Amino acid sequence: MSSAVAPATVPAQVPVQGGRSSLTRSRIRAAWVFIAPTLIVLALIAGWPLARTIWFSFTDANLNNLTDYEFIGFENYIANYDGEWLGLLTDPDWWRSVWNTVWFTTISVSIETVLGTIVALILNASFPGRGLMRAVILIPWAIPTVVSAKMWNWMLHDQFGVINDMLLRLGLIAAPITWTANPDTALWTVIMVDVWKTTPFMALLILAALQMLPGDIYEAAKVDGVHPVKVFFRVTLPLIKPALIVAVIFRGLDALRVFDLIYVLTANSRDTASMSVYARQQLVDFQEVGLGSAASTLIFLIIALLIVITMAAGRVRLSGDPR
Amino acid sequence: MADLVLKNVRKSFGRAHVIHGVDLDIKDGEFIVFVGPSGCGKSTLLRLIAGLEDISSGDLFIGGERVNDLAPAKRGIAMVFQSYALYPHMSVYANMAFGLELAKSSKADIDSKVREAARMLQIENLLDRKPRQLSGGQRQRVAIGRAIVRDPKVFLFDEPLSNLDAALRVQTRIEIAKLHNDTGATMIYVTHDQVEAMTLADRIVVLNAGRIEQVGTPLELYHRPANLFVAGFLGSPQMNFIECVVSHVGAEGVQVQLPNASMLTAPVSSQGVRVGETVTLGIRPDHVKVSPQGSLTGRIELVEELGENHLLYVDFGKGRHLTVREPGDAHHQAGQEVALSLAPEFCHLFRETGEALPFLSESKAPAPSSPDMSSRAA
Repeated sequence: MSSAVAPATVPAQVPVQGGRSSLTRSRIRAAWVFIAPTLIVLALIAGWPLARTIWFSFTDANLNNLTDYEFIGFENYIANYDGEWLGLLTDPDWWRSVWNTVWFTTISVSIETVLGTIVALILNASFPGRGLMRAVILIPWAIPTVVSAKMWNWMLHDQFGVINDMLLRLGLIAAPITWTANPDTALWTVIMVDVWKTTPFMALLILAALQMLPGDIYEAAKVDGVHPVKVFFRVTLPLIKPALIVAVIFRGLDALRVFDLIYVLTANSRDTASMSVYARQQLVDFQEVGLGSAASTLIFLIIALLIVITMAAGRVRLSGDPR
Repeated sequence: MADLVLKNVRKSFGRAHVIHGVDLDIKDGEFIVFVGPSGCGKSTLLRLIAGLEDISSGDLFIGGERVNDLAPAKRGIAMVFQSYALYPHMSVYANMAFGLELAKSSKADIDSKVREAARMLQIENLLDRKPRQLSGGQRQRVAIGRAIVRDPKVFLFDEPLSNLDAALRVQTRIEIAKLHNDTGATMIYVTHDQVEAMTLADRIVVLNAGRIEQVGTPLELYHRPANLFVAGFLGSPQMNFIECVVSHVGAEGVQVQLPNASMLTAPVSSQGVRVGETVTLGIRPDHVKVSPQGSLTGRIELVEELGENHLLYVDFGKGRHLTVREPGDAHHQAGQEVALSLAPEFCHLFRETGEALPFLSESKAPAPSSPDMSSRAA
């Protein structure tokens, strides 16, 4: 392309010189008054528990008696007793749960994104009964996770489950599969159920993005004879990308915190335990509030890190013009 | 080459019939303007030609080939949309090149076509910009450029100027006329703006409620409207309409009695007209004069000064109004009583069906019978 093109003229922001006017000051004051309630509530329900969790992670607190504990520094994370390394960072079960969670998140969010896009594209087309379909597809999302997990538990049951029964009748398997107990299938089973449950949510977010697109450019592409597949990859996808990445971040956050689905489907199984399941196990089953808090703190850090990486990779600005 | 033929083309959306059987011949290289009030089906008709909507019944031929079932891309058309329809995330260059990439043209070929079109439209310095960095007029040019690079047989314009401000509209209008001259392509242009229709068209198609009211050259439609609708639609200010009763019919025309009992003979064919029949007399504001000998008297309600001419709105009783246009500055004030004379040779008579009575002689206006479409450079 031509290099002799004038740079786009962007009106320069005139910096505010000197002191602020009284009008500006009163506006800033009003802004603080309006956001103060939110900040206070957030501090109470999110900030305080988070700070407390981080504090507990540096103590030897026990669930039996939360008032009697001592500060032990980083010993919950890593400690050396007589030349032997102990603590969370040396626990293979912890690292297994981190791996499980990341694997679960990557695979399930990827599948959900692709399936969600396909479903959204279908729902975006006009066909009779579209309104009904849009409502119907949300049913898996509307069912509480515990209920749907229990439902799938029964459907996947190795002796009485309908899925084994169907596969046996079709001759696809020779013997019933213990879907949720078999280490080879357990995590995949969890992913499958999560995809079933969450694809509608993804589809809805993407559908919203699709409906914001101007219709005339598709007519222009039609007149120009651009193949629909090319239109999708060259027009639709770039235009919905900002919304898509926000949706992926939402789902990623959710998936990294996954607890209920895995806990109901596979309990404390090592093969599927997520970080949250691990933290709960330490905190409730083993009553180790200090260690559990250390795990929770690490979950917080890992999620924060992954989100920052995702946002940097997608160059998403959560504020301002997304294009 | 690309002549277009529409044969009894109909379109309905479910039970709503939008186009009721349109027959139209468009010659190669002709500039045709579809004009009509909103909802008259002019845009739908254009979309039927483009292939963006399916034709419910009837036939559409482009260059002799029946294209009813052909995809838009295969019809050899290019369309310019009212909203420009530019791809927001692509540069101007990419916007213009995008449709060509699939046509298996070489990179160099695409490049030369895009640059040629950009030069023609004087947007060469904008090629790297995104649509949002352009003004409305620049966007419209890019949209036109995107149509040009496809080298279509037929250009379709869907109200391309309605989002531009008045000055830019005039300028772009002239450019479109130039483009028509330069390319010699067939153009179909939809607008609700009668000035655009009058200035651009070789022939105007006036549509109303999904039917063609009249087809003809701009002056033919202006001077010889076939019915009340066309007479009222074209011309600004609108033609004056006065209800009157036929008092005498003869070879010299039809004599009518005006509301104030004065008589006027319009030089129109009296065939089939009965004495006593109610007709509507139509006369353009330019053909009504303020004169002491005038037969109609009324009170001036409002004076509008336009500089080169002025308008008088005259109330001549029972809520009936006449608009008068006279050159120069006004010599009258609101509230004054004036006498108006109507020039009989410019009086149109419309029967109750709305249909115009044909003029007896064609000497006062361009002959409607021999429209020379191709020579009229728009």
